[in-house]
Amino acid sequence: MDTKLLIAFILLTGLLACSKELMETFKGFERPSNFPNPEYHFNNNEITRAKFELGRKLFYEPRFSRDNTISCGTCHIQSAGFTHHGHDVSHGIDDLLGKRNSPPIMNLAWRKDFFWDGGVFDMDLQPVVPIMNPVEMDETIPNVIRKLEEHPEYPSLFNEAFGSPGIDTERIMKAFSQFMAMVISSNSKYDKVMRNEGAKFTDEEEKGYRLFQQHCGSCHKEPLFTDESFRNNGIGIGYNNDQGRYEVTLNEKDMYTFKVPSLRNLSYTSPYMHDGRFIKLDAVLDHYAESIRDTPNLDPLLRGNLPLSPEDKLFILAFLKTLDDPGFVTDKRFAEQ
Amino acid sequence: MNKIWLLLVIIGMATACKKEESGPIDSDELASLSVEFDNIVGPQNLQLNTGSYTNAKGETFSVSILQYFISNIKVTRTNGTEYVVPQDSSYFLIRESDPNSRFAKVKVPVGDYSGLEFVLGVDSLRSTMDISDRKGVLDPAGGMEDGMYWGWNSGYIFFKMEGVSPQAPVDPSGQNKFRYHIGGFGGYSAPTINNIKTFSIDLKHGGVAKVRTDRESNIHLMVDVQKVFNGSHQVSIAENPTVMFSAYSVNIANNFEGMFHHHHTEN
Repeated sequence: MDTKLLIAFILLTGLLACSKELMETFKGFERPSNFPNPEYHFNNNEITRAKFELGRKLFYEPRFSRDNTISCGTCHIQSAGFTHHGHDVSHGIDDLLGKRNSPPIMNLAWRKDFFWDGGVFDMDLQPVVPIMNPVEMDETIPNVIRKLEEHPEYPSLFNEAFGSPGIDTERIMKAFSQFMAMVISSNSKYDKVMRNEGAKFTDEEEKGYRLFQQHCGSCHKEPLFTDESFRNNGIGIGYNNDQGRYEVTLNEKDMYTFKVPSLRNLSYTSPYMHDGRFIKLDAVLDHYAESIRDTPNLDPLLRGNLPLSPEDKLFILAFLKTLDDPGFVTDKRFAEQ
Repeated sequence: MNKIWLLLVIIGMATACKKEESGPIDSDELASLSVEFDNIVGPQNLQLNTGSYTNAKGETFSVSILQYFISNIKVTRTNGTEYVVPQDSSYFLIRESDPNSRFAKVKVPVGDYSGLEFVLGVDSLRSTMDISDRKGVLDPAGGMEDGMYWGWNSGYIFFKMEGVSPQAPVDPSGQNKFRYHIGGFGGYSAPTINNIKTFSIDLKHGGVAKVRTDRESNIHLMVDVQKVFNGSHQVSIAENPTVMFSAYSVNIANNFEGMFHHHHTEN
């Protein structure tokens, strides 16, 4: 073989390897092969590295709160599956309390609507709520824009991400969505079993999976473990008489219904339910097996307690553990840099 | 040849005559049209904070905030042809605290207009559009105090009126305030209240709007906010001091009918 050709070939291979490495550091949005197509409108907000990184920085930016103390990451902690671990309801600015449990930032690209009551139907409009809520960040977006404009880094970061100078509502929201849409949890043991990547359920997990499919799977639909519907799961009316979905539809049939939450990463996201009333998963299963309460609009699928023996509950718990994604809660791409 | 000359002269004269008369000129050329929203309370001009008024229930009140969206303007010529203002240029936030905001200024083809139509509120289509199509007055970033957007239940507040009334119960802030924030575009994924209201105003009695390139016609509307209380449903401040996203808000939205009156047109 010609020496020159060989050298050229080696150089070319080297170049390819380099570019491959670069590509591997940022891949944009990738749908996990066992997930359906996403709901988010990526055509209006194509993922780029600069926008994603800007969104991540904004997510951890306390300037979004009135006194620069609270960031999104305050109540959505990565190690807690992006929830406010240990808090039934969250405390925001001045330690004021909200009325609902902080939900996980996870697989949001597949969500049709946001919040426990589904009051927001577009991810781009979601951040407006905590920013302006007087018990969360209590800030106005015009104020935030002013603070970001005065910051030494943000003006150039926005310029870089959007191709021209300027910070406005649209750009802030689109950057936030880039981060939120990319925070994907899809590498639990369950996923690896489903994708035939070599992992196998233990006997207990397998039994738990069967029981899960029989008793839980119609609402906590695979693979996202929610069917995105709003239901009253019989936990009874909370102390604050939270009316749930009714507050945004004014439809009596929605009274006391809440969004069915995903069951991924439960080991990190205690406490459970819209008001965080259950600290342990045992209590959640005990509720379904023993103490479903008949309040208005109780879900028809939950008329009567679920027939779960103590052993069944242990199997289900074993299966639920397979939905934990330890790589997700430690993924450096999602962490404050 | 002579005949052609004659024809040209006649056409020339006809055109000249038309100009002199300033009669109906219909063309596709766009010119300014202004619609003025002049807020009043019954027989009185509205004065923020200082004016005192009485509703049909005998309750006295003052107004501290009054603002509303006007959108989707459509005009009809005296010959019946319609023109819809391009939607992107057809959203206005009328705020009593800012005198300049009382004019909704649009561009429409030159002509004589006897009909005006607009929406009080923001149509459902725009209410669900991508955030890149919500600039200016539609920016969801409006502040909490005088903002016109509900974050928690994505949608615009179409009409906001707040004020003080001795008949209003003391609120948690220690004031006797009433607060009416009326919105609801019908719901995105589930149907709910729809308080979008469309108004058709006949301009024939108050004067048609003669839209020309060399001036700006102004349609002067009186907006009687007394009707908010005294419409088909009589609203009591004492019984309903706070009306926001609720089933009751439909009663107030229905009262908007009859709130707009064409007073005159300045051509």
